[in-house]
Amino acid sequence: MKTADAIDRAKAEGRRAFIGYLPACYPDLATSVEAAVQLAENGADIIEIGAPYSDPVMDGPVIQQATTEALGNGFRIAELFEVVRQVTERTEAAVVVMIYYNLIDRMGAEEFARSLAEAGGAGAITPDLIPDEAADWMAATEKYGLDRIFLAAPTSSPQRLHRIAADSRGFVYGVSLMGVTGKRAAVSDAAERVVEGTKAAGAERVCVGLGVSTREHVEEIGRYADGVIVGSALVAALRDGGPEAVGTLTAELTGRSS
Amino acid sequence: MTYREHEGPYFGDYGGRWMPESLVAALDELEETFRKAKADPVFAEEFQALSRDYTGRPSLLTEVPRFAAEVSGREDGARIFLKREDLNHTGSHKINNVLGQALLARRMGKTRLIAETGAGQHGVATATAAALMGMECVVYMGGADTRRQALNVARMRLLGAEVIPVEHGAKTLKDAINEALRDWVASVDNTHYVLGTVAGPHPFPEMVRYFHQVIGEEAREQILELTGRLPDAVSACVGGGSNAIGLFHGFLDDESVAIYGYEAGGDGIETERHASAITLGRSGVLHGARSYLMQDADGQTVDSHSISAGLDYPSVGPEHAYLADAGRVTYEPVTDAECMTAFEQLCRTEGIIPAIESSHALAGAARLSASWGAEGADKTIMVSLSGRGDKDVETAARWFQMLPGQDDAPEQDESAAQAAEAPQTGVQS
Repeated sequence: MKTADAIDRAKAEGRRAFIGYLPACYPDLATSVEAAVQLAENGADIIEIGAPYSDPVMDGPVIQQATTEALGNGFRIAELFEVVRQVTERTEAAVVVMIYYNLIDRMGAEEFARSLAEAGGAGAITPDLIPDEAADWMAATEKYGLDRIFLAAPTSSPQRLHRIAADSRGFVYGVSLMGVTGKRAAVSDAAERVVEGTKAAGAERVCVGLGVSTREHVEEIGRYADGVIVGSALVAALRDGGPEAVGTLTAELTGRSS
Repeated sequence: MTYREHEGPYFGDYGGRWMPESLVAALDELEETFRKAKADPVFAEEFQALSRDYTGRPSLLTEVPRFAAEVSGREDGARIFLKREDLNHTGSHKINNVLGQALLARRMGKTRLIAETGAGQHGVATATAAALMGMECVVYMGGADTRRQALNVARMRLLGAEVIPVEHGAKTLKDAINEALRDWVASVDNTHYVLGTVAGPHPFPEMVRYFHQVIGEEAREQILELTGRLPDAVSACVGGGSNAIGLFHGFLDDESVAIYGYEAGGDGIETERHASAITLGRSGVLHGARSYLMQDADGQTVDSHSISAGLDYPSVGPEHAYLADAGRVTYEPVTDAECMTAFEQLCRTEGIIPAIESSHALAGAARLSASWGAEGADKTIMVSLSGRGDKDVETAARWFQMLPGQDDAPEQDESAAQAAEAPQTGVQS
């Protein structure tokens, strides 16, 4: 399943897509798959599998700590595809990876795209890749029919939003605030402007992430965005309570429990 | 096009902007401010006045005949000249770039400066500029580096800066840059990130070079005046490569001048403990630029190692990667041991205590001179003495076993102790 289908399916059911992030192989491969399955069973439409990376500049302390631990346990890039394969087999969700570009570059954009497509992955979110530098990645994702999800920021100019909207496929990741991943007390009002601006620039689907951690945030963002992305709160739940806690939190965030 | 006139964002296959979208607007604003400033005589006057009256430019060119004789082992060896950036205010070349960027920050209306630092020289320079211009200052420094450069931490705090030790990863320069970038993403409204080297996303490599070009321009003029001709070789140490690019730019278009950049070879490039990104790295993206990068088979960054905190970086500025591929500059590793030999030689023969970073350039010049033998008689070498060694006294004293209680310890104990402090992860491919 591609991300656009997952977003549209949610819309047809009268709700906004819920997108959950978990790092591959944290705390180990099997548990990370179990946690992702819990995400899907409790209402996630799209699952982001994060690739642990040595220099994650867009990540706050919770995700850094988790991915550093995964790297310390010997995470290898082949395991990212294995996690994607298992989660795809066991859930109905669209599965994308969240990956810093050097990990793609080292394997080669085309080889990476081929491996991701073979594993059943829908595409990739690339937090440190802007369309300006993405020629190789555009060609590779085109060849293997993968979604490529670029980020749009509160500071992005209308011209940049046009390029981001035109070059993205699946959806655009609207950054809700200026900062890195991690819990915030409130959702910044910049988020709504990012969604409006990106849609005005031609994007069909815009999902919002960064700092989203409560059902209230999810409902608020759901009023204007096509999907809501939660990361650090889920990773903290996995850290403190295992896959079951991920399921419980997901049910709460998606409004399946109250 | 000449090498000297090369502008960003790309240097051959290298450079660019491999950065989160959130920072692109700030980079665009910086680029525009920089372009306007370059064309503005008022800015040139401000920068030159500060360089002259505050930094103390031009820096001296000093011939070091006793050092030259010692390293060549002969009385008629190559003449060696030092470009004395160590005599600048704050003790290194770093102040050139910092003053330029602080002036740009002021033009952009930013009131807060942040910086990363390895050895502490760039952090000290940034703290100094912030004090001078009445700006707030936060410096990120790897936890391991705050311990091996404790004196510079105190200097920054005396100057009113907040120093934040970074305890992630290898706790060195690379991790300090990650943390500074995370700060900047959240603070870009009022904050300028004073990147300290010719790495990072466009326009940093081109802009930082611009503020350091004065090193090469002065050196070229000075050596012509002193010897009546250009040097046969130019030598500088290369971590990110800012002092090197500054000196090299004075000579890049002079075909007769051989140019050498010396990377940190750590325990030796046959070990995994080094910081020789050009010699053993391969193309990759880190901290906003494509360049040579020490990485494993999966693309994870490999931790670097060097006795010198300022060269302890797993990548290098993109223009150096380009100059290496073009064959214009020769890059070679210098080990900790070779560099400390040169350090001691300069201290003993000339009464100048160099920074351990700069000692790599001295060791390179020594290697060149020795290789020339009798042919060196008519030759001259220009060396960038990028910083002074005051900050390194404790590290050097430990290396040479001059600290109390070290009398019985074999020399290897020190590098073993440092290995324990900064454990190596990953495997160089």
